[in-house]
Amino acid sequence: MSLRPLRLLAAAALFAPLLAFGQKDGCVDCHNQLDDTLKAPVAAFAADIHREFGLSCRDCHGGNQDTDDIALAKDKTYKGAPSRGQIPLFCGGCHADAAAIRSFNPALRTDQLSQYETSRHGQLLKAGDTKAAVCTDCHGVHGILSARLPKSTTFPWNIPQTCGRCHADKDLMAGYRIPTDQLDEYGASVHAKALFEKKDLSAPVCNDCHGNHGAYPPSASSVASVCRQCHPSAGELFGKSPHKQAFDDMGIGECEACHGNHKIEPPSTAMIGTGEGAVCVQCHDPGSRGFETAAELRRMLDGFTARYGEAEGLLTVARRKGVEVSDAEFNLLGVHTILVSAENLTHGLDAAEVGKSLGEGEKALLEVREAAAGAVEEASFRRRGLAVTTAILALFAVALALKVRRMGRARRGEGSL
Amino acid sequence: MAKGAARAVWKFLDDRFLISTLLGFAGKKTVPEHGRSFWYFFGGICLFLTGIQVATGGLLLLYYTPHVDAAHESIQFIMGGVKFGWLIRSVHSWTANILIGMMFVHMFSTFFLKAYRKPRELTWVTGFLLLVLFMAFGFSGYLLPWNELSYFATRVGTDIAGSLPLVGKGLKTVILGGPEVSQATLSRFFWFHIGLLPVAALTLVAVHVLLVQTLGMSKPIGERGTREIPFFPDFLYKDALGWTVILVLVGVLCVFLPWEVGTKADPLASTPLGIKPEWYFTFMFSTLKIIPAHILSLEGEKLAILGFMAGGLLWMLVPFLDRRARRGEKSPLFTWVGLALAAYIVVMTVLTYAVPSL
Repeated sequence: MSLRPLRLLAAAALFAPLLAFGQKDGCVDCHNQLDDTLKAPVAAFAADIHREFGLSCRDCHGGNQDTDDIALAKDKTYKGAPSRGQIPLFCGGCHADAAAIRSFNPALRTDQLSQYETSRHGQLLKAGDTKAAVCTDCHGVHGILSARLPKSTTFPWNIPQTCGRCHADKDLMAGYRIPTDQLDEYGASVHAKALFEKKDLSAPVCNDCHGNHGAYPPSASSVASVCRQCHPSAGELFGKSPHKQAFDDMGIGECEACHGNHKIEPPSTAMIGTGEGAVCVQCHDPGSRGFETAAELRRMLDGFTARYGEAEGLLTVARRKGVEVSDAEFNLLGVHTILVSAENLTHGLDAAEVGKSLGEGEKALLEVREAAAGAVEEASFRRRGLAVTTAILALFAVALALKVRRMGRARRGEGSL
Repeated sequence: MAKGAARAVWKFLDDRFLISTLLGFAGKKTVPEHGRSFWYFFGGICLFLTGIQVATGGLLLLYYTPHVDAAHESIQFIMGGVKFGWLIRSVHSWTANILIGMMFVHMFSTFFLKAYRKPRELTWVTGFLLLVLFMAFGFSGYLLPWNELSYFATRVGTDIAGSLPLVGKGLKTVILGGPEVSQATLSRFFWFHIGLLPVAALTLVAVHVLLVQTLGMSKPIGERGTREIPFFPDFLYKDALGWTVILVLVGVLCVFLPWEVGTKADPLASTPLGIKPEWYFTFMFSTLKIIPAHILSLEGEKLAILGFMAGGLLWMLVPFLDRRARRGEKSPLFTWVGLALAAYIVVMTVLTYAVPSL
């Protein structure tokens, strides 16, 4: 039997990788030899998500990549680089084509272009303002990464910077007469704390409130709907409260009026009431019904919070003294949930409802407080017990020591004892 | 009438248990008294602490549940819900640690006094095996609360056992009852801790104490013409004085530093930083951390483990190796080896806590 076919097969298997390695890509080969500006797209494209899906320069820019000749490479299919104004349609060529996208990622949406056209950015671009943001301003050009990757410009914790690159640029924004402090304000917000400190990727960033491809400044009437996406309970309570009609009549954005927009600080009972820092006094004058309700809500919450603090303090003391209080600490978490729930109920402005909720909390709080006080007393009991036991043992030890000494002397015949 | 009944009971018991013979032996038993007889007390302290371990361990069994879903909760209940449960558990945990410390002191004092020499070779061997057994007690007991530290320390400890040449993988599987620390591990550690190890340890304690009682205390080499004091009651009173001091120390520790419950183990969580075993294993643990990856083309870690095993074996066989001591002569070489080993253990243990990044 001849071994020739086998040898040929072995040779083919050995050299096949070399043949594949030798396949040429004229665009990459040429651009790699050019100056930094023309070389950069090739270098960046190495990590691009389009490349991961097997796309090459030709798929966006057209041309013939199988040749080294520049003239031949720029054949009649060659599109080159689009101008800024052409970019949305250039990307939309594929991304708005459901049939084309389906072959790569059937789950990927294809409404980005249509959404963009309704956005403020899209409207400005259509009106001829080429400074308006286009796809590449947010996603990058040749080094586009999946939004699921932490290094992507559209990964949640990079989005504030991505938007802020333009919106915090005073020179760029001067022509649009919009503020440029949103990025700084967002950085000081409770949402930014959740995102950057707790690494909570569900915390809202710019696009969660403004939209992404269809980004548009929310109107006063839509702010509440935006906030309700994450805070439905507060929204529902507000909707039933007397504030709803009043705010609608005055054309005030519901949540924004008290909590602000970009710089939304951690909510606290300090916002409620009639004292310094309370938002209620922005509208309610002393003596008015609203003023009285605000004072009543604050009084109830302050009283509960103070008792909560006392119980928490007692538990801390007991724990520090070595008493096991994890059950009581767990129950205190339940009380805290009731407190948060009561604070949320203030959106309904119904003092009776808040009082009812706090009343339930008081029962649980009392149990925790009793457990905590018992634990502190237990710590004192232990110390008293130790003192008494040590005293008895010390007396026993002294008696033993005297006995041992007496026996030693007796053995040595030093005394008659 | 009452006296007559008591005499009858005494005679009944004496005829069956030879109590008068034992009391006669105890009455004649003496202990040498000299400048270094202080070190004799550590054996008694170890026995006293062992008794406390048995008593408190038995009480903990009334409430402890050896299941991954209930072990931590049962410890929490013992510490918070059971009357004096905190005291029983804290005494058990603190005395376990003090006991191992005292065993080290007892072993090294015996070593430096050369008390292992003929005819007490087996007293030394049983004592060394008892230390190994009590370290196994500590290792198995550490996991039982099923908290974060104990869970990951067990994982680290069994990984070390798993890196032993040839038998490592199989040994690790046997210890863990599978590839990971799990319910199977908790079940067998519990069984080791309350079944196998107590039987083995109490048998060895009985042999050890019997040897001490029959052979008596060893006098240091060169100690001539020393006085003897009666074991009952003179030496026992002195022993009781030491036990009382230990009891006060344990009480203070339990009240001011009750043994913590910790956070419940989460097998899916990542290993916390700075995880380390119980203090009496740290000298070996730190050695494994600092040893070079390769020594003369051999894996450093495996070499160190084999070194510890060989070292332990040699240490156990010291009475048979130290021929000069056997002849009643001073053996400075062994003294220096013992000093170097003690210094190594102390330095490595201190370094583990003083330099966590070691």
